Amino acid sequence: MDISTKYLGMNLKSPLVASASPLTEDLKGLKKLEDAGAAAVVLPSIFEEQLRAEQHDLHFYTTQGTYSYAESLTYFPEYDQYRFISDNYLELIRKAKESLSIPIIGSINGATLGGWTEFAKKIEEAGADALELNIYFIPTDLNQSGESVENTYLEIIKAVKSATNLPVAVKLGPFFSNFANFAKRIEEAGANALVLFNRFYQPDVDLEKLEVHPSIHLSTSHANRLPMRWIAILKNKIKIDFAATSGIHTSDDVIKMLLVGANVTMLCSALLKNGVFYLLQLEKELIEWMEEHEYESVQQMIGIMSQENTPNPSEYERVQYVKAISTYKI
Amino acid sequence: MEKKKFAVMDGNEAAAYVAFRVNEVIAIYPITPSSNMGEWCDEWAAKGYKNIWGVTPTVVEMQSEAGAAGAVHGALQSGALTTTFTAAQGLLLKIPNMFKIAGELTPTVFNISARTIATHALSIFGDHSDVMAARMTGFGMIASGSVQEVMDLGLISYASSLKSRIPMIHFFDGFRTSHEENKIEVVPDEIMRQMIPDELVHEHRLRALNPERPVIRGTAQNPDVFFQNRETVNRFYAACPDIVQEQMDKFAALTGRQYHLFDYIGHPEAERVVVLMASGGETAEETVKYLVKNYDEKVGVVRVRLYRPFSVKHFINALPSTVKAIAVLDRTKEPGAIGEPLYQDVVSAIFEHYEEGTPKFKQHPKIVGGRYGLSSKEFTPAMVKAVFDNLKLEKPKNHFTVGIIDDVTFTSIDFDPEFSIESDKVIRAMFYGLGSDGTVGANKNSVKIIGEHTDLYAQGYYVYDSRKAGTLTVSHLRFGPEPIRAPYLITKANFVACHQTVFVEKYHMLDNLIPGGTFLINAPFEGEELWNFFPKSVQKQILDKKIRVFYIDAQKVAEESGMGRRINTIMQTCFFAISGILPKDQAIQAIKDSIVRTYGKKGEDIVIKNIKAVENTLENLRELQIPDKITANRDIQPPVPDYAPEFVKKVESPIIAGKGDWLPVSVFPVDGTWPTGTTQYEKRNIALEIPVWDEKICIQCGKCAFVCPHATIRIKVFDPKYLENAPPTFKYTDARDKEFAGLKYSIQVAPEDCTGCGVCVDVCPVKDKTNPKHKALDMMPQMPLREQEAINWDFFLKIPDYDRTKIKVSTIRQQQIQRPLFEFSGACAGCGETPYVKLVSQLFGDRAIIANATGCSSIYGGNLPTTPWAKDENGRGPAWSNSLFEDNAEFGFGFRLAIDKQKEIAINLLKSLAPQIGEQLVEEILNARQKTEPEIYEQRERVKILVDKLREIDAPEAKKLMTIADYLVKKSVWIIGGDGWAYDIGYGGLDHVVAMGKDVNLLVLDTEVYSNTGGQASKATPLGAVAKFAANGKPAFKKDLGWMVMSYGNVYVATVAFGAKDEHTLKAFLEAEAYEGPSVIIAFSHCIAHGIDMSQPLQHHKLAVDSGQWILYRYNPELAKEGKNPLILDSKEPSVPISQYMNKEIRFRMLAQSNPQLAQYLQEQAQEYVKKRYQMYKHLAEMKIGSNGQS
Repeated sequence: MDISTKYLGMNLKSPLVASASPLTEDLKGLKKLEDAGAAAVVLPSIFEEQLRAEQHDLHFYTTQGTYSYAESLTYFPEYDQYRFISDNYLELIRKAKESLSIPIIGSINGATLGGWTEFAKKIEEAGADALELNIYFIPTDLNQSGESVENTYLEIIKAVKSATNLPVAVKLGPFFSNFANFAKRIEEAGANALVLFNRFYQPDVDLEKLEVHPSIHLSTSHANRLPMRWIAILKNKIKIDFAATSGIHTSDDVIKMLLVGANVTMLCSALLKNGVFYLLQLEKELIEWMEEHEYESVQQMIGIMSQENTPNPSEYERVQYVKAISTYKI
Repeated sequence: MEKKKFAVMDGNEAAAYVAFRVNEVIAIYPITPSSNMGEWCDEWAAKGYKNIWGVTPTVVEMQSEAGAAGAVHGALQSGALTTTFTAAQGLLLKIPNMFKIAGELTPTVFNISARTIATHALSIFGDHSDVMAARMTGFGMIASGSVQEVMDLGLISYASSLKSRIPMIHFFDGFRTSHEENKIEVVPDEIMRQMIPDELVHEHRLRALNPERPVIRGTAQNPDVFFQNRETVNRFYAACPDIVQEQMDKFAALTGRQYHLFDYIGHPEAERVVVLMASGGETAEETVKYLVKNYDEKVGVVRVRLYRPFSVKHFINALPSTVKAIAVLDRTKEPGAIGEPLYQDVVSAIFEHYEEGTPKFKQHPKIVGGRYGLSSKEFTPAMVKAVFDNLKLEKPKNHFTVGIIDDVTFTSIDFDPEFSIESDKVIRAMFYGLGSDGTVGANKNSVKIIGEHTDLYAQGYYVYDSRKAGTLTVSHLRFGPEPIRAPYLITKANFVACHQTVFVEKYHMLDNLIPGGTFLINAPFEGEELWNFFPKSVQKQILDKKIRVFYIDAQKVAEESGMGRRINTIMQTCFFAISGILPKDQAIQAIKDSIVRTYGKKGEDIVIKNIKAVENTLENLRELQIPDKITANRDIQPPVPDYAPEFVKKVESPIIAGKGDWLPVSVFPVDGTWPTGTTQYEKRNIALEIPVWDEKICIQCGKCAFVCPHATIRIKVFDPKYLENAPPTFKYTDARDKEFAGLKYSIQVAPEDCTGCGVCVDVCPVKDKTNPKHKALDMMPQMPLREQEAINWDFFLKIPDYDRTKIKVSTIRQQQIQRPLFEFSGACAGCGETPYVKLVSQLFGDRAIIANATGCSSIYGGNLPTTPWAKDENGRGPAWSNSLFEDNAEFGFGFRLAIDKQKEIAINLLKSLAPQIGEQLVEEILNARQKTEPEIYEQRERVKILVDKLREIDAPEAKKLMTIADYLVKKSVWIIGGDGWAYDIGYGGLDHVVAMGKDVNLLVLDTEVYSNTGGQASKATPLGAVAKFAANGKPAFKKDLGWMVMSYGNVYVATVAFGAKDEHTLKAFLEAEAYEGPSVIIAFSHCIAHGIDMSQPLQHHKLAVDSGQWILYRYNPELAKEGKNPLILDSKEPSVPISQYMNKEIRFRMLAQSNPQLAQYLQEQAQEYVKKRYQMYKHLAEMKIGSNGQS
């Protein structure tokens, strides 16, 4: 049984990829994932804000109150060099490349154009096999048009692409007025894959403190319908690869995503919940399903249920519950 | 020959540079102004730098200077090349070992940045009182007068000591040399190798104690032999001067820089000669050269390099035979002596020379002695000239002073402050900045740029405020084509920069600007508006002196460049653009290069923003077209209001205005006594924003006042009748507590005293239900509120304080009504110590006597010009004093002994006078319980009656009793200090004092570092924290002081963290004071040295407690008496991982950013320790204790 797949120009032994999560943040975790059968790993995103904040914190807190009073002109010793999160990140890539044989996908997360995009180059130099560009931007400016938001995304993609020769996958949210058009423009901007979709951490309200907190919940299978739809719609209409992410918990979820057109499936919540060796089970069940349904390879499966290939393409365009019910009545 | 290497550094770095290279063991302890030498060595060792033999010296911090001296002595005796650094009291603590080290002829060098010994007051600044106190230890003494000399003579000291076996004090002037940056030629390692030959090192090692060839030293000798034995060293001292000269000659052959034991500079036929040492010698030398060159005056100077052993022969040889009058200048004072030490040596030397019978002088020179420069008092060419002028007199004034006005004993000689020898070739620039705006950092950078990257020479010296928040800094920079030898402040600047707009309204900055000079100001105004903003005298000076004025809105440029409030790069760019030191393009490129060098390691983003700021600056810098007339009708305001007391106006006001140098002797108290409560008159207006109270939603919890570090947010409860003349914007509401029914409640901010730290807003628990952004306290811009709130504050102060006897002090909401008797101190904005100090003042201030260890709390508590310890409306308040760093527990213990003794005498007298006074009153006084406010109030009333009665009794006992009747009212003794005192230098005393069982209260303000000297590690520093002297992270666990003290069983011990549990803090303070025995409160005090957001510090308290890093408990021996377990654990099981706490503070995170593996390891260790420690306390707290106190 051939369960290999291709993603971002890489040959992967299976479509089961560990997406960015605490499980991929250190070498120990990465090795465990490889042992459990992950076909590739995506390192946790390094955030644009992190890169900036860390520098500013260090500078601010080591200089505040200095040169004010004659006895305490400074408060900290000075080092010749400082290691930043970014240095540790690059070190992780280097070490991972030394000790793992599966591909390592670096990940950066940002929302504005800036020097941080240069970090893509460093990720390449550290030995990563590919890069996931995670763009997370909540436009709140009443005067900013949707088009300008999209243009910002495209500029970031272009900036990152020009900084590196690595294949770049773009991970983003679904909230665009015409995602199909935007996906096409992303492809034109040079992206090599789309990772659909980013799960946003949604804010929550603390009723006692009257404060807003970010809340983090693990996904459920239910969350995979949205990426499923859009991968299905876009498959083959644009030529880039697709990675399905969000709500992939069971082998059924994996299979469905492959069928609608995903080249790989990204797993996070399922592994956090069930442990990394759950990958072995998923792989086993995938193979069983393929045997049962007489597929010889994953390649054969990918995209057969895309909008283009499905006997009833309009199903992917349904938007209303009412309509679905009435159809049922008929 | 190798190209000469030049570098810009200060004296401390130069001393450390040599010391690190020619030593193997370095024992250190922080004390200003020498701490930096130890810091450099620790940092270099942490980075693995090597000495000239390829070995990284071992740098070890000890618990005190005495400890460092002991370790040095031991290391020397065991064969290592060993050194140390210190100053002032630190040197005094080393003296016992110094006698031993010298007595055993052990080569070493103690590098001393000479500092004033505390007498009537402490001073961190420079003079020779410390080294003079050590002059009879047997150490040789070599004096350096400049940064270059520190490097050169430092090396010569080590070489001479090894060769002569005489240990050396190598000293230079604290601050003036230790902190002056200058461009110097660095001595290459190869030359150091040649100066420190291996065979001498080998000989030193052979003398070491070694069981392979055992000997003993340190025997005890008796009258029969000690004396003779002591005389055996004579030949070593006799040989020493020639050895030192030999080393100086050897050094000259290697470097071209020649020194002599006594360097004479001046006219070959000089008739008037000044003798002095250290940096004053530089000034005298330059002045002599000027007077000889320009006026052919027959004057000269002898600069003493080797002071001990004093070589009469070399000294006499140095003097010209033509000399008729000699003035010997000492930078120290020896009250009661015939004259100061150097004067006496010179007199003796000349006398002995004459005694030999063949005097070299054409006539017997007159010799006078004078004092100068105590505590870094300026010593200028004008003063040198005045000394020479004195020598011209038929009968020169002897035992004079120069640099002050002595209108009491008339010792001072006059000088002309306008006399100047500054060269036209030197650009002299002064910069007035705010501590927090980065001015000094930028100027240090400019000195480096010019000094290290051009052929020009550069000098930088920085004058700081006596406060820690909102401080003025004045930078004095000189640049020129020749080496700059001017160890005195600039008074004739050709460039003055004002980095904060408001300074122009406060300080007379243009006084020091020469005609035609340039003035640069950061201001948000332009053109006419800017001109009109200048006070009258500023406008006049601009017109009279034809000053060019440049301006920039640096704040705006900073914000646009993403720099926040840091305007340093912007103002630095302006300076380079205007001053013409370098061609503009070259200058700008140099700044940009320097930005990359300075900030590159801290990240690209900082570099990008700074470079952007440079570019934006050039576009925004403008020259003001000067109008032809004065338009202002207001002028620079006097620093204190007219209603201030006479002493404040006469003495403190000039100090605030920077005119303290001109205050004459007569205005000062003779014994260091100073009035309390004078910070209230110094309206500093340093807050950009102040809290604004919303009385409608406030729940009157009192937390804001509790946490306020500066006592600038106050609460009053009062009768509505006092509102009669309330200003229209004065806020109040109904008091909520049932005990206050019918009364009004007000929270008022002192707008001009607030530092704007925001901690009150951070703690405020109340959010507006309809607008959660709005709290019961919000920070709002100070400027628009200043006038209105100042009126409200004045009104608020006039409302009488609520009766203390009616306040329920056990809850914060009521306790905070108590008036703070510690207010508006010079502590950092957001200080974590002062809320505790203030709490003591509120609860017990009217009966407190406080011993304060040297450190932050003694500085913000007692540094002039004004004093924060205050009085209540009855004129009572804390009586406060600082003795030393190391003796504070003992000092406070002495208070208790004296109070108890006087109380005992009073009781005896009272009893003996009972028939006359009346038995009932006497009985009531003797048996009064004085535990609560009402009880103390009643006792005071009884004593008042007693004193009235005593007036009527005609007996000597009655008069005696009247003088001490006060002691019949309870006195609360507080012994306050930081962890450096309690855990380290003063631990022995603390331990002894608590063991004595007397009723004293020790408050340990535990910032977990030596905060006042810049954050050096103490034994309170937690594992893994980066601090100075622990550049690789503290490798040991924090000492559990509470645990150790608890072991006595009869000591009340509590640990508190007000940001975690404020009510617990209050309870602990009340219990500690109520306990009639020794009490120790260890108070978690967040600190700027932790690298935290000082506007939101309380989360750190909470995390420290929640993670188990800081365990809250109270150990109350009273409970044991009741058969209960005396230990009450007030902390819950650790609920968050230690990493969550550690990752919040830069002191821990820095290690992860330099050595992640070590940081990770230490964090794991810390986690393990925290768990175990909590379990240990839990186990103890849960033990069942029997009625006899046994488990």
